[in-house]
Amino acid sequence: MTSISMTSTPSRWQSFRRSTAGKVLLTPKGGIAGAYLLILVLVALLAPWITPYPFDAQELSIAAQAPSMAHWLGTDEFGRDVLSRIMYGARTSLSVSITAISVSVFIGMALGAAAGYFGGMFDRGVTSAVDLSWSFPEILIALILVAIIGPGLTSTMLAIGVAYLAQFTRLTRSQILSLKNETYIEATLNLGAGHFHVIFRHLMPNALAPVIICGMLATGDAIILEATLGFFGLGAQPPVPSWGAMMSAGSALIFKAPWVIIFPGLAVAVTVVMINLFGDALIRALDIRAKLREG
Amino acid sequence: MALLDVRDLSINIHGIRPLDGISFALDKGEILGIVGESGSGKSLTALSVMGLLPLIGGRIERGSVSFDGRDLTHLPENDFRKLRGKRIAFITQNPMTSLDPVMRVGAQIDQMATLHLGLAPKAAQARSIEIMEKLRIPEAATIYHHYPHQLSGGMKQRIVIAMALAADPDLIIADEPTTALDVTIQAQIVDLLAELVRERGVALILITHDMGVVAQICDRVVVLYAGRIAESNRVDAVFAEPRHPYTSALIRCIPREETAPGSLVGIPGAVPSVAHYPNGCRFHPRCERRGEPCGAIVPALAQPESGGELACHFPGGAA
Repeated sequence: MTSISMTSTPSRWQSFRRSTAGKVLLTPKGGIAGAYLLILVLVALLAPWITPYPFDAQELSIAAQAPSMAHWLGTDEFGRDVLSRIMYGARTSLSVSITAISVSVFIGMALGAAAGYFGGMFDRGVTSAVDLSWSFPEILIALILVAIIGPGLTSTMLAIGVAYLAQFTRLTRSQILSLKNETYIEATLNLGAGHFHVIFRHLMPNALAPVIICGMLATGDAIILEATLGFFGLGAQPPVPSWGAMMSAGSALIFKAPWVIIFPGLAVAVTVVMINLFGDALIRALDIRAKLREG
Repeated sequence: MALLDVRDLSINIHGIRPLDGISFALDKGEILGIVGESGSGKSLTALSVMGLLPLIGGRIERGSVSFDGRDLTHLPENDFRKLRGKRIAFITQNPMTSLDPVMRVGAQIDQMATLHLGLAPKAAQARSIEIMEKLRIPEAATIYHHYPHQLSGGMKQRIVIAMALAADPDLIIADEPTTALDVTIQAQIVDLLAELVRERGVALILITHDMGVVAQICDRVVVLYAGRIAESNRVDAVFAEPRHPYTSALIRCIPREETAPGSLVGIPGAVPSVAHYPNGCRFHPRCERRGEPCGAIVPALAQPESGGELACHFPGGAA
């Protein structure tokens, strides 16, 4: 990474290969996972237009039929097309987990940055709260929250967001703690910059990469958590399809029509594995394994 | 009236007094060198002027620092922050770590102008590129978009200098700005800095341990030893006739063409630590001219006829 400038302008292909996106997508792991996730997002976005059947089209005469040419992944106990419902389910799963994690990352970064930078009472308060919430499993926090607010997608999002908040707060705080002693931070302060300028323009961008990765991996966990809440009937309410709720319904038919539970389960498993693979490739590309360990 | 007037400055850090009775004054367009070995209080002098002593748990015990007619010793931190960067800029020792690794260097220069002069982003960019060109950065418009890791040490130090110049300060304090650079670039950077200072009528305090650099660009020099002034005077007078034995010793340490290989001399001994300053003249244990009173009586800071200030019982040169 010495002076790579001035002599010749690299071709677009070369500069893509050198970019972070290139380093992720051009590895087998990153490429496959990236392609899968791209397709999944497209399916989720376009579900109303591309599913073979509407998600709520009941046809009791063909209830619990095995996979066939007409219904590739079979039908459930009301004769609804499993494939169409999985495609719609992706919409629920992804939107819930991505929204929840994004908001959680945002708030966690703000809390962690303020705690790490200013220290004092506020830091002690935040750190204690984080440590406290780390002694409970995420699912327990989520269940308690849903029990308080009542089932539904909004409370699922809230539950997921709160359950992962501690993780992002802690990681950001540790990043800020080590960054704030860097010479360039001191130099910027010496040149008259205020605290907010230093936090938002210098500390946050430097702390961002590991937090993004952490958020990416947490999204995978959030999908599982969403499915779990759905399985217990605490997430998406019928007839909105969600992978967890579909598995829950399928568990009653597990011997009679196993495809009703297997395919949504596969959807969850494959998606989570792909997200983890993608995160792994991203860690390699950004070379931040050491930084993540600090958190 | 001088732009910066430091009088009889003494500071206190956790009960010890690492600076004792420092005075100097500086006008616009002037370059003042502060020299001394490590531990002599050069950087602390800079921190005092910048109002950054509280950061390291210190405070000004006695004396005054007045800048442009304002006494800075009792200035509230909020007012001081408006001064820092805008009117008094600071260049740190190490350019390698003074730049934010994830921000384009141009944006880092821009932020000074947007922060202190309230310029719009476009105007700030144009201004930054202009300053970069003044600092002879080749293809400034291209380098503007580079990240620090893409630049060499000398280039990074130019960016740091550009940041210091961006808000048009009246005073720049450069704390060993070339120490971390290759010898080949040191002279270049120092010359460039001096040229810009003269051209813009900025006052510069150059903190260094290198008498050679002082001879090269400074107008006046303050020689510090163990927290006290040994000698201060015009550079030409000091080099023509160093009066304090410490100054002569420092000048002898500059390598010259006629210096035979292997004959480069140092000053025997080391600067005493703050906790164990000797009585009397603090330099006397290492001094070649020490005599009867040196170990007992602190030499007063006198104003000899040759100009400047001097604290020695047995001054050399014209008496």
